[in-house]
Amino acid sequence: MRFESLIDSVGRTPLVGLPRLSPSAEVRLWAKLEDRNPTGSIKDRPALWMVEQAEKDGLLTPGCTILEPTSGNTGISLAMSAKLKGYKLICVMPENTSEERRQLLRMWGAEIISSAAAGGSNEAVRVAKELAAEHPDWVMLYQYGNPANWRSHYESTGPEILEDLPTVTHFVAGLGTTGTLMGVGRFLRERVPGVRIVAAEPRYGELVYGLRNVDEGFIPELYDESVLTTRFSVGSADALRRTRELLAAEGIFAGVSTGAALHAALGVAAKAVKAGESADVVFVVADGGWKYLSTGAYEGTLDEAEHRLEGQLWA
Amino acid sequence: MAIEVRIPTILRTYTAGAKAVDAEGATLDELISNLESLHPGIKDRLVDQGNLRRFVNVYLNDEDVRFLGGLGTPVSDGDTVTVLPAVAGG
Repeated sequence: MRFESLIDSVGRTPLVGLPRLSPSAEVRLWAKLEDRNPTGSIKDRPALWMVEQAEKDGLLTPGCTILEPTSGNTGISLAMSAKLKGYKLICVMPENTSEERRQLLRMWGAEIISSAAAGGSNEAVRVAKELAAEHPDWVMLYQYGNPANWRSHYESTGPEILEDLPTVTHFVAGLGTTGTLMGVGRFLRERVPGVRIVAAEPRYGELVYGLRNVDEGFIPELYDESVLTTRFSVGSADALRRTRELLAAEGIFAGVSTGAALHAALGVAAKAVKAGESADVVFVVADGGWKYLSTGAYEGTLDEAEHRLEGQLWA
Repeated sequence: MAIEVRIPTILRTYTAGAKAVDAEGATLDELISNLESLHPGIKDRLVDQGNLRRFVNVYLNDEDVRFLGGLGTPVSDGDTVTVLPAVAGG
């Protein structure tokens, strides 16, 4: 495959079968390997779409500064795009994110502003909104509310899945900005009768939920409940266990959020087996495990790894 | 047997600091009413005008009850109900 530049190579990722983890010949699991994108995560898609939409809209002009609240991957994707397109990038990132993410961001030339660990990404969003108000010349792409985020999946991820697997019955992905599920979900619902769209939401340690009151909660503006069939909360113990199973059984070295998606995928697959239905369950490998090595997710016992992840944002 | 309800940090003022409490009921609605009788004030933090509050997520055995039947979702002994505030991911 030949491309004019790195940016042009975003997407068209492999969809691989999981012969060992699939419960039967009729109920099969498929992994969409989004770690094969230029900066190693699914976020290359929404980042590119958001930047190019802002260029079309005249919001981004050469030399502009982009501001974004991100727990890492979106920032890394934006940093690559920004570098190649000549923009400056400032990321607001919770301090409880892995060191690898920070190094990668700096490497691509982004500036990092840390937000407090308590409150997780909520706090990053709040700080970024404040900064945006103080600096009207900065362009906040705002992945949580930017329609170009879900459109990137409606126009690329979704069509790729359907082309590679017309028999798809379930789509499972992690729930963060909700962009992946909204975009792929809408695309598949329009074309695959009865398709089930399943969200795997990371359940973090208590620190992340340390809000002062429930009214400080956050729901991304992109979220539309009607696109989903259901939504599971997956704790770090299950996510870690599945991440390791994926590596041990199928050789796929994925990040921890992928373990959460796999956990939900195995759950719906087991239901299909029980109901005597055949199923082709696609789940998203959002990124590889490289950025999480320092968290100790892959070493020692599961209990030790879970303990080390406590309070970390692993998705 | 009873139903275990896991309480988020911000609501533990109602449960004397307990991370998890037991309650009873045939539906989530009944469970929350029972919870209110044991821990007065907590219901108002979870429910507003007959619906779950916007930023409150409730999971029955890890599945979001909004996709199961909302407050009418049947619950039974041995189930685990987890309450969490909605927070940003990504």
